[in-house]
Amino acid sequence: MRESDQGDRDVPSGGRLGENIVAFGQLLRRAGLPVGPAAVIDAIRAVEIAGIMSRDDLYWALHAVLVTKREQRAVFDEAFRQFWRAGRLRAPLLVDLPQAPSAPDRPMPSPAAARVAQALFSDRDGIEPAGEERARELRLAASVEERFLRLDFAQMSAEEIAEAKARIARLTFSADRVRSRRLVAAPRGCIDPRRTLRGALRTGGAMILPLARKPAVTVPPVVALCDISGSMQQYSRIALHFLHALGETRRVESFLFGTRLTNATRALRLRDPDAALAACAGAAPDWSGGTRIAAALDDFNRFWSRRVLGQGAIVLLVTDGLERDDIERLGMAMDRLHRSCRRLIWLNPLLRFDGFEARARGVRAMLPHVDEFRAVHSLAAVADLVQALGAQRADEPDPRRYLARA
Amino acid sequence: MNARPLPASIEATQDLLSGGGYVSDRALATVLFLSLRLKRPLFLEGEAGVGKTEIAKVLAAQLGRPLIRLQCYEGLDVASAVYEWNYAAQMVEIRAAEAAGSVDRARLVDDVFSERFLIRRPLLQALEASPGGAPVLLIDELDRADEAFEAYLLEVLADHQVTVPELGTIRAAEPPIVVVTTNRTREIHDALKRRCLYHWVDYPDRDRELAIVRSKVPGAGERLSKQVVAFVQALRGEGLFKSPGVAETLDWAAALVELDQSVLEPAMTSDTLGVLLKYQDDIARIEGSRVKALVDAARAEAGV
Repeated sequence: MRESDQGDRDVPSGGRLGENIVAFGQLLRRAGLPVGPAAVIDAIRAVEIAGIMSRDDLYWALHAVLVTKREQRAVFDEAFRQFWRAGRLRAPLLVDLPQAPSAPDRPMPSPAAARVAQALFSDRDGIEPAGEERARELRLAASVEERFLRLDFAQMSAEEIAEAKARIARLTFSADRVRSRRLVAAPRGCIDPRRTLRGALRTGGAMILPLARKPAVTVPPVVALCDISGSMQQYSRIALHFLHALGETRRVESFLFGTRLTNATRALRLRDPDAALAACAGAAPDWSGGTRIAAALDDFNRFWSRRVLGQGAIVLLVTDGLERDDIERLGMAMDRLHRSCRRLIWLNPLLRFDGFEARARGVRAMLPHVDEFRAVHSLAAVADLVQALGAQRADEPDPRRYLARA
Repeated sequence: MNARPLPASIEATQDLLSGGGYVSDRALATVLFLSLRLKRPLFLEGEAGVGKTEIAKVLAAQLGRPLIRLQCYEGLDVASAVYEWNYAAQMVEIRAAEAAGSVDRARLVDDVFSERFLIRRPLLQALEASPGGAPVLLIDELDRADEAFEAYLLEVLADHQVTVPELGTIRAAEPPIVVVTTNRTREIHDALKRRCLYHWVDYPDRDRELAIVRSKVPGAGERLSKQVVAFVQALRGEGLFKSPGVAETLDWAAALVELDQSVLEPAMTSDTLGVLLKYQDDIARIEGSRVKALVDAARAEAGV
């Protein structure tokens, strides 16, 4: 092929390009893209046919073959940037792995960077051995798995958080369902005259077999109000991951509040979880600041409740309830919220302490108005919540228990 | 009914509405004029009681067109919104054909699914020519219908046609004037909004609300009308859970006229707050000293 020979003029021939594309494919696979051998062969052919003249050409040729969904683009982009560096085509294979970033948790890395970096370094000894303290703790625990499930999100290391996120994404939501008033075709139910008659005409009216319909079953929307103040820092990110995973299967309206209320629904609809969280952080200016729960709930009641609480919505309120001023207003706002939704579930990470008592004035003001009071500090607690979204009301999370105890 | 021509300018549109007793602002007149001209549906969103439905009613009356109203509700489906077959009559037809002994399947299908047995529901009625020209189709409170129904509306709103599988596609010779209203109890899908001209119907400002009260409650004196409007306007700034709409203002003015009031009194205002405010929290917040302060402010502002 003459064109491709010309295109490869500044690329030394001898299979270096092919090997690199294979390696790039492996990198993408480790980063979670479904890139099979067939796709890699296609990619090599595509690059040969396209006759790469520039880095951009290479980018789009590989993009065309290897990316099949919009949300994969961020990962591809980052992988491409890290992998195809100057000199890549002349250098021997994989000797110029980039340096690992000095701090594993940079403040605002590009959304997909973490995953690509993990994929790049996964064949090295990436994970540092845990400190002695931790190791002893591990040995003492009956089962590491069990311990992991109960581990507080606040005590998790970066890898453990990543693992927890992955598990949250895998949770299956045994969704609660409500009967809608729409009727849909069904094997049994009441008679559907329209389908019956249409079916009858197939036999020329000789046989009229009754066909049935019944009310459709739908999943009610979830409205989440998530506290992002400083005291909730460790939990709000996990809560957002949970909401993002929840959004795959049902309608979720998400609001963030610290000192003011922000609607993050659109941001959380981005398919890539890291990109969605970055967009949330961009949308809410008051991340990790103070909190004014009463004011935020008031705003929600006035400006949003009528817009999003229809269709039998469930409200998830994620906050520690540590409000200092405006206690009376807080009680009124909670009362109004409770009346406007079908079910109000308060998720409070402070509930992880066994001896939790509703002492704080804010908590005491809020508790009488919630249907369920639950913990969200560990994976096991999140799994419980997922169960609870499906189940009928259980006795255990009854908020009155805590009021009586205090 | 004899149809009048569509207005030729924004001013003419505003006159048309005010002729029907609807005091509009320039923004609404503009968007309505454009919707009539471009033959695009008008999508009206706003709080309850700001006069969204009234626009369609006045429009139909002033243009001399029939008004076809489709009130949306949960579970609304094609059978009750577009068309339905008269099943009982169809059954009889089939039995009759059997009794006659000559069942020709192709002919039977044609017979049974003919226009004779078709029951027309609002959307189909709106597409059919009527003597007074294309009707005004009011799709009221669309947010109450299921999302699945919105998808069906796309075909009707964009192409002015519906498809009945047994009959084929029915297309409107002249597109109806469509007004869609929603109370925003949920978001309508962007795909549907895209096909419409959007207008947010807000609470009216002081002068416009006064004009509305004057035209709708002529029995109220000038002084009372001014005070009522000033009071309601102040109430909307109080950050209540549900601010009173124009409908409530009119109800309240009418109520005060019935009670033979000529000026606003704190005691009477407290007693009739239930006409304006429909949530106990809101009433509890306003009652007492706050009412007195607001009434005094309203009286001062109305210049009494």
